[in-house]
Amino acid sequence: MSTDSNYYVPESSRLPIFAATGMGVMAYGAGSWVQGGSAAFFLAGALIMAFTLYTWFSTVIKENMAGMNSDQLKRSYVWGMSWFIFSEVMFFACFFGALWYVRVLALPWLGGEGGHAESSLLWEGFKPEWPLMTTPDMVVNGDAARFKGPDENMSFPGWDKLFSWLPLWNTVVLLTSSVTVHMAHTALKNHNHTKFNGWLGLTVLLGGIFLVLQAEEYIHAYQHMGLTLESGIYGTTFFMLTGFHGAHVTMGTIMLLIQFLRGLKGHFTHDDAFGFEAASWYWHFVDVVWVGLFIFVYVLA
Amino acid sequence: MAHGPAKGIGRWLFTTNHKDIGTLYLWFSFAMFLLGGTFAMVIRAELFQPGMQLIKPEFFNQMTTMHGLVMVFGAIMPAFVGLANWLIPMMIGAPDMALPRMNNLSFWILPFGFSLLASTLFMEGGGPNFGWTFYAPLSTTYAPSTVNYFIFGMHIIGASSIMGSINIIATVLNMRAPGMTLMKMPMFVWTWLITAFLLIAVMPVLAGAVTMMLMDINFGTSFFDAAGGGDPVLFQHVFWFFGHPEVYIIVLPAFGVISHIIPTFSRKPLFGYSSMVYATASIAFLSFIVWAHHMFLVGMPIGGELYFMYATMLIAVPTAAKVFNWISTMFRGSISYETPMLFAIAFVVLFTIGGFTGLMLAIAAADVQYHDSYFVVAHFHYVMVAGAVFSGTAAVYYWLPKWCGRMYNETMGKVQFWISFIGFNITFFPQHFLGLAGMPRRYADYALQFSDWNMISSIGAFIYGASQLLFIFNVIRTIRSGTPVSEPKTWEGAEGLEWTVATPAPYHTFATPPEVK
Amino acid sequence: MSRRASMLFALVFAPAISLAFMSKAVAEEAQRWAVNMPKGATPVSNAIYDIHMIIFWICVVIGVGVFAVMFYSMFAHRKSKGAVAANFHENTTAEIVWTVIPALLLIVMAVPATTALLDVYDTTEAEMDIKITGYQWKWQYEYLGEDVAFVSELTTPEEEIYNTAPKSQYYLQEVSQALVLPAKTKVRFLITGKDVIHSWWVVDLGVKKDAIPGVVNEAWAYIEEPGIYRGECAELCGKGHAFMPIVVNVLEKEEYNAWLAKKKEEVAAERDLAKKTFTLDELMAQGEAAYNRSCAACHAGNGEGIPGVFPALKGSAMATTTGDYAAHLDIVVNGKAGTAMQAFGGQLSEVDIAAIITYERNAWGNSTGDLVQPLDVLKFKQGQ
Ligand code: HEA
Ligand code: HEA
Ligand code: HEC
Ligand code: CUA
Ligand SMILES: [Cu+2]
Repeated sequence: MSTDSNYYVPESSRLPIFAATGMGVMAYGAGSWVQGGSAAFFLAGALIMAFTLYTWFSTVIKENMAGMNSDQLKRSYVWGMSWFIFSEVMFFACFFGALWYVRVLALPWLGGEGGHAESSLLWEGFKPEWPLMTTPDMVVNGDAARFKGPDENMSFPGWDKLFSWLPLWNTVVLLTSSVTVHMAHTALKNHNHTKFNGWLGLTVLLGGIFLVLQAEEYIHAYQHMGLTLESGIYGTTFFMLTGFHGAHVTMGTIMLLIQFLRGLKGHFTHDDAFGFEAASWYWHFVDVVWVGLFIFVYVLA
Repeated sequence: MAHGPAKGIGRWLFTTNHKDIGTLYLWFSFAMFLLGGTFAMVIRAELFQPGMQLIKPEFFNQMTTMHGLVMVFGAIMPAFVGLANWLIPMMIGAPDMALPRMNNLSFWILPFGFSLLASTLFMEGGGPNFGWTFYAPLSTTYAPSTVNYFIFGMHIIGASSIMGSINIIATVLNMRAPGMTLMKMPMFVWTWLITAFLLIAVMPVLAGAVTMMLMDINFGTSFFDAAGGGDPVLFQHVFWFFGHPEVYIIVLPAFGVISHIIPTFSRKPLFGYSSMVYATASIAFLSFIVWAHHMFLVGMPIGGELYFMYATMLIAVPTAAKVFNWISTMFRGSISYETPMLFAIAFVVLFTIGGFTGLMLAIAAADVQYHDSYFVVAHFHYVMVAGAVFSGTAAVYYWLPKWCGRMYNETMGKVQFWISFIGFNITFFPQHFLGLAGMPRRYADYALQFSDWNMISSIGAFIYGASQLLFIFNVIRTIRSGTPVSEPKTWEGAEGLEWTVATPAPYHTFATPPEVK
Repeated sequence: MSRRASMLFALVFAPAISLAFMSKAVAEEAQRWAVNMPKGATPVSNAIYDIHMIIFWICVVIGVGVFAVMFYSMFAHRKSKGAVAANFHENTTAEIVWTVIPALLLIVMAVPATTALLDVYDTTEAEMDIKITGYQWKWQYEYLGEDVAFVSELTTPEEEIYNTAPKSQYYLQEVSQALVLPAKTKVRFLITGKDVIHSWWVVDLGVKKDAIPGVVNEAWAYIEEPGIYRGECAELCGKGHAFMPIVVNVLEKEEYNAWLAKKKEEVAAERDLAKKTFTLDELMAQGEAAYNRSCAACHAGNGEGIPGVFPALKGSAMATTTGDYAAHLDIVVNGKAGTAMQAFGGQLSEVDIAAIITYERNAWGNSTGDLVQPLDVLKFKQGQ
């Protein structure tokens, strides 16, 4: 409830219209780029966007440092970030939901289960399984199939190969990073800025390691496992889920990196560190998504 | 921050003021309403007689699709966001929206998004032609290549909605004046709080749906292709998980508006305030678990059909509570019939009729005949045109004096109401008959037995369309030369903080929060 | 009329005309001014009609009750009549009552609604199966187990659609070959799609089911009365959505059996025809007709297609390189996966395919002089 009568309403600002322009140009550019046009518009839009966001965030930081933000405005920022994260949760929920639907309903139905015996009119001989290695297309069209299943998949390889299983290491790295970012927060609360910088730096490093491992996994999938976006629904869901997660880790790492640099400049105090806190919530969210991925994409397969 | 608006075009481009942004949203949405309405006129003109007279079937499909998209995402949603911007801060005693710069961004994305969408009509291959529900694979493998612009356009439009909703939630939860507890908030604020929650929950799912399309079209994935192990029906589940809550996103703020207007002109407080709040929340909750009533014919197992039928029917209960509360508010009031009240009463009547047909559609067995027929078209225009558009019109008449300090022309308002009301019913009532007799929707041309009702429907549409010209004329005339009004309270029975500030509302209201008892 | 009276008039206006027309519907103009769902010709369509009417009347009764109270207040509690507003704004009992009563009514509705649905879903114990496949923009019917299959396309000529000829009685509801079914037989439909989603709808049979590519859906009909029943595609499927009607011709059982036997003979005769050698003129004439029936929907009657959506065949390299028609033959027989270009090998006879290809290679200024014989098509098909 409004208790602070000095709510700061910013003067008019050029930032939003620049950001909107950037987004518009990016959307148009992306549309023509994916159809084989040039990437120029997309890059131009992205550049406008990057520049605007940079200015925007520095403005907000400056305003805060100048003490212009009332407690109430700070709470607004907290609400803003929380609901943004909620929207991201729903975005992932959409893809997890798709995975669930395909595994539990669609594939068995294609294979004639659950009262869909007549599917055999179209997909004679198709056997549902997960991970899906033999697509319906392959069963019917053989070599002419457009969707060819992978040669290998990413699932749990058995206890003997446990330690050479990359996703496990990814999980360890990411879970550790959630702990380290929490340590950084505790350090900040205890006024210990050196420790704060250390733990936060370590978190950024772990984020980087995760991304390298993930890239390694993708390269392996494409080059050695025949597992691609095009290898049927398994490849589709695998890359879309882990890919969007990876994109979010990248975002999160950049966010944390910026907070790390700000930390070095001494921007944060024990009771005013919204930028850092927001980044760390985001990081925890990304982490939780990974746990979901680990369970539903890698383990339970 | 004591000063007034900046001068020139910069005021509108760079503004962070909730009233300016509200105005921008309202004008934008009105422009989109005219555009979407023009598309509807093309549809109705082509359907005036059997045979193809004016356009080709492929263009007809683009018209239907663009009409639906522009009306839903361009006209109705921004109209209510505009009202939210204007009214929520004034209703809860806040100086402005919680995040004013982001507020401006949310608005300015829209002109870019819709220009992109509309520009596809002029590109090779034409605009989106797969219906506003864009079912795969018609919208993926079989779509014109411009579908990529549609996808990215929807992405940024969705981003705008999410930002707008975050702003509204933050404002409502964080910016209320002292004493303005949640259960004292005006109904419009409540309905928007819940709507904003719905938006944040489902717009990302829409983003997910278009992203899957993008991947299937350009990057060889097989979400919606059974050959790769996917399923075209998956698209429909994802879409309607967004799409069904979307229809309540459209109508809940309308409920809010009506809950202000009826008490004002009945001169009696809203009956059952707290049950209204709970009903709204229940509708929102139920809206998440009924989506597959749009998919009764895709071949779901019978258990699924039954579940979605029962769950959908349940929505009638909280909605009934709302209708009964409005009527009880009028009961033993002291009712006068100014233009906003006329629209509000028409809303209650016509929305209820639309709700009844909704309930009929929910009966899965009967939906075998109704589905994808003009009966559905009739249903949703009753709830969306007579629901959302009528209440939006009512809201403009009701709050216009507060916004611009001038009174609209009452006679002209009433004339517009009657033409709208009659035109609307002539347009859409016969569509029930067409649907029941077997006319499918999205048809560029039809068999001879449907000729007569179609012609009547088209005549009604032109009448209804013309009435909108009167509306825009009345509004512009009011702004430029309406009779000045200055007392804070325009309407005798009006209640709420927005009626305590000066008229026209000053550029900045509530620099110091008012005390709410 | 006073303002108030005219308002009341308008509020009841719409329901009133509908009632007026309902009685008129009994008259000969029944079809033109139809306001209600037809009862139809199957037990299911009747069950649907009944549940439709039950819900409709319940809604009417509730509506009358609700609006009566409302209009009463509007009339009796007018300010202009000097009404003074009461100040009540809460009544828990009332709220509970009007939550419970609708809930009970819903339960009352749910019971018949459930039985009707169970009826719709009961595809067991069918006596015969028809596989229905939706294509852009036609239907293919296969009599499973009978080796009879054919494609059913719209036959309404362009001139009628574009208003240069008067429209015939069954404008847009006439097809090249109707689906023929026996009366008094439980028929199961296995419905699927080849390209996009269609929906097979015949009002009088009480059947509507989506035809989804890769998925097989089931529906059924037991038709009492022989006769002709017409329907349409109900799911948006592209530009020809309004132009892929359904005609079902129901015969008495014996007549049906005779029809089936004759149909089988025709199929055999058509196969023999594939071994015959045709002249260019013969192929061009048959090709033009077959092209306009099967291909013009996309590639246009003049072979120019729709830029950006359907490629032109006029001047296309594939159709203008003299002597080299392998690729042309391949795309027509096998289609092109992942595009709207469907495989016609299973839809058209060898003669038709040969004629169409010959036509495409020699029409609209394409002038290869190539002559493709049905036997070439047959060999190509067998060779793969
Ligand atoms: C504002 C938008 C809006 C609203 C509020 C509603 C409200 C409802 N809708 Fe509607 N609907 C749409 C917009 C909306 N709809 C759109 C756009 C489509 C088509 C999408 C497309 O395919 O393009 C659609 C389609 C649609 C379908 C799918 C039809 C089909 O494609 O086959 C169904 C099926 O169940 C349905 C049901 C309902 C129900 C049960 C309600 C209920 O909420 C209604 C509840 C209200 C009442 C019942 C009236 C008031 C109550 C009383 C007076 C009390 C007592 C009553 C009883 C006990 C009966 N709607
Ligand atoms: C809230 C949303 C909304 C609104 C307000 C409207 C408003 C109208 N709609 Fe529609 N409509 C939809 C949402 C909406 N619609 C949706 C979602 C679909 C489904 C799309 C799909 O199938 O994918 C649909 C589909 C739809 C169809 C079915 C098309 C088909 O199946 O092929 C028809 C046909 O009559 C129709 C008609 C109209 C008419 C006549 C209006 C009128 O109310 C419009 C009135 C407004 C104006 C006319 C503009 C103002 C006036 C002028 C610009 C002046 C010029 C005009 C004259 C001089 C006459 N709409
Ligand atoms: C439903 C739409 C549709 C119908 C009906 C259709 N086609 Fe096509 N056709 C296409 C599309 C789309 C392509 C482009 C495929 C691609 O992307 O390469 C195409 C491509 C072709 C090509 C190759 C053109 C080139 O230059 O590459 C030929 C030849 C052709 N069609 C012949 C036919 C014939 C013969 C018929 C009828 C028997 C027919 N088509 C019916 C949609 C259709
Ligand atoms: Cu096929 Cu519509
Ligand atoms: Cu719905």
